[in-house]
Amino acid sequence: MIDYLLQPWPWYFSGPMIAFVLFLLLWTGKTFGMSSNLRTLCAALGAGKKVSFFQFDWKAQRWNLVVALGAVVGGYIAANFLSVSTAVAISESTIAQLNSMGIQDAGQAYMPASLFSLEAFSTPKSLLILSLGGFFVGFGARYAGGCTSGHAISGLSNFQLPSLIAVIGFFIGGLFVNHFLLPYLL
Amino acid sequence: MRTIVYFAIGILFGITMFKSEAASWFRIYEMFQFKAFHMYGIIGSALFCGAIITYLLKKFKAKSILDGSEIVIADKASGWKRYLFGGLFFGFGWAISGACPGPMFTTLGAGFYPILVVIATATFGTFCYGLLQKHLPH
Repeated sequence: MIDYLLQPWPWYFSGPMIAFVLFLLLWTGKTFGMSSNLRTLCAALGAGKKVSFFQFDWKAQRWNLVVALGAVVGGYIAANFLSVSTAVAISESTIAQLNSMGIQDAGQAYMPASLFSLEAFSTPKSLLILSLGGFFVGFGARYAGGCTSGHAISGLSNFQLPSLIAVIGFFIGGLFVNHFLLPYLL
Repeated sequence: MRTIVYFAIGILFGITMFKSEAASWFRIYEMFQFKAFHMYGIIGSALFCGAIITYLLKKFKAKSILDGSEIVIADKASGWKRYLFGGLFFGFGWAISGACPGPMFTTLGAGFYPILVVIATATFGTFCYGLLQKHLPH
């Protein structure tokens, strides 16, 4: 059992575990949506003074910042105590393709070092990629009213047409960038 | 008490995101290349279980375990523009950074500190949406 948990989790264990987190949040009277905490963060930083979108009682939403903090600690625990190796076994063809694009640690690491090692902080190109990605994630999630958790999991589980439209948008946007922009960006 | 409950749920979520590899940039890249079933299996099986959970909670009008209030699973507001346009922007960012808002926090804990740049700019992006909200088609 422990040996099993220390390996990367297969999809058929991971998916139900995500659904279990969804269940726990619904059962405690909340919703499963991780991008809301960015809005709460903006409000907590005082954005409500300038922009009405952030004028709400953010303290009532403090729980989602607590969930985010828990996710940080969970990531620390998983990486340091629950993993024999953190290399991600992506397919051979993906590895070959990434290698040809200059990402040499594909298949050997959890994240590409070119973007997520400490050197990235002093590499303008890496900072540009991370900033561009982050900005669009934050802007798009709030514009769409949710992200992968809020729309793709919560919303689709509740058979919401708006969530289906949002998820189709996620994939059109993601496929476009992945196939036509990333090869030049990386 | 409540804080401990949500903190514990967050820890479980963080562990799940890391161990499922859904927090890995490589997995997101591979997903958009359709070169592995992994991410589709995760999302599909989460949805299958999530739909059953959501159905049962609604059918039995379940009450919150913490305060006994009725669990409300709200419908999303109708319309399509904000979902499609917002979704496109989100997809751009997801494919570039390989991170969506949950995994961002997980990878920070796992020690990939440049994700702080993503978290900061995502917060700024959220702020910009708030600024521009009234001028965007919804």
